[in-house]
Amino acid sequence: MTKITEKATSLLSEGTVKMIIGYEMGTERPRPLFCHTAEECEKLIMNAECKNNLAVYLTKKEIIGEEKIAVIGNYYVVKTVIQLQRENQINLDNLMVMTADENGEVITFTTIDEMKEYTDTHEPAPDPKMVAALEKIDKMSREERWEYWKSELSKCIRCYACRAACPLCYCNRCVTEVNCPQWIEPWAAPLSNMEWQINRVMHMSGRCVGCGECAAACPLDLPIGLLCKKMGMDIKSTFGEWKDGNVLSTYNIGDKENFIK
Amino acid sequence: MEENNNNFEPRIIAFVCNWCTYAGADLTGTSRIKYASNVEIVRFPCTGRIDFMLLLKAFAGGSDGIIISGCHPSDCHYTSGNFHARRRWMVFRDMLDFMGIDIERIRWSWVSAAEGAKWADVVNDTVDKIRKMGPYTEYKKAAMFLEEEKICHD
Repeated sequence: MTKITEKATSLLSEGTVKMIIGYEMGTERPRPLFCHTAEECEKLIMNAECKNNLAVYLTKKEIIGEEKIAVIGNYYVVKTVIQLQRENQINLDNLMVMTADENGEVITFTTIDEMKEYTDTHEPAPDPKMVAALEKIDKMSREERWEYWKSELSKCIRCYACRAACPLCYCNRCVTEVNCPQWIEPWAAPLSNMEWQINRVMHMSGRCVGCGECAAACPLDLPIGLLCKKMGMDIKSTFGEWKDGNVLSTYNIGDKENFIK
Repeated sequence: MEENNNNFEPRIIAFVCNWCTYAGADLTGTSRIKYASNVEIVRFPCTGRIDFMLLLKAFAGGSDGIIISGCHPSDCHYTSGNFHARRRWMVFRDMLDFMGIDIERIRWSWVSAAEGAKWADVVNDTVDKIRKMGPYTEYKKAAMFLEEEKICHD
């Protein structure tokens, strides 16, 4: 019995929590698992392949209900929980956050400060593929960048999987579904696809935890993760490491720019 | 191309705040200062109200250039609207540039209610610059995508 299974089984049998969200092995890769019984806990796993950001379920009342639950997630789940708590979207009294280290040892967080300490010290190395892709785009001229994004995003079928997979895209009513005014046309066309992605990324600015679930969920493998990544890097270089609140919901009188004349 | 551009009259949309730049533009008029008539002014309660989508919609609607202007920092009628806006533009501008949208066509400025002459300069400058750059056809083409498709199918 692995340590995760042991921990999960004891939590369920003691009645501390009603449900545990974790990972199980799917046909090809790990997938989310919702455990209600000790037998289900046998399937729980945790390894480097467990990529899903389970925090996406934490804002869905129909899944988590009113009872206390636990989540055994990866680094990004912990990071997302911190952000969701900043935005008052979760109740930590009803949520137990856990992760596991490379030896399978379960780490349980009791306070937000512990989670912050963990995320500060355990940041995964950036994906080399992503770094290379960003470098490639940086070398392009503006016209090439426009052509690149236009051709990539014109493939988009507007399934909104990027929105569904994102744990921080939790609005009940999304801007794309508003038709008065119609900010973004609902059909898939190059410009409305671009407008949708710009909207999505702008609404994520300073909030995105960088889990890459938007890109992973994309059925067309569009490089939309690059947009979030680039925006995160820009915000970090302009405003520094932002620890509390959201970058765009606050301001600093001393903000420096060089384009307003 | 150069010749074409000389005949080309750019269409500029200006998003301005009610309290400073709109009053400033009014002062330009009452001071009898002449400036390019290519600009269409849209008045907002505050720069903080100028949604980034409005810029994209302006380009999609056929604008060749955009002016965004409001109160100078620390002069906002609502204390902090322009500070919030400034942050948003800092992020948004980088995003647009990364996606290859021509940020040179967007002019950001602070024009106070007393700077009627500055408003005329801002508009004239922008119109000259956009006239040299020519119409923003690549964005318009993307906006017209479906109509072009329809023509092909017919």
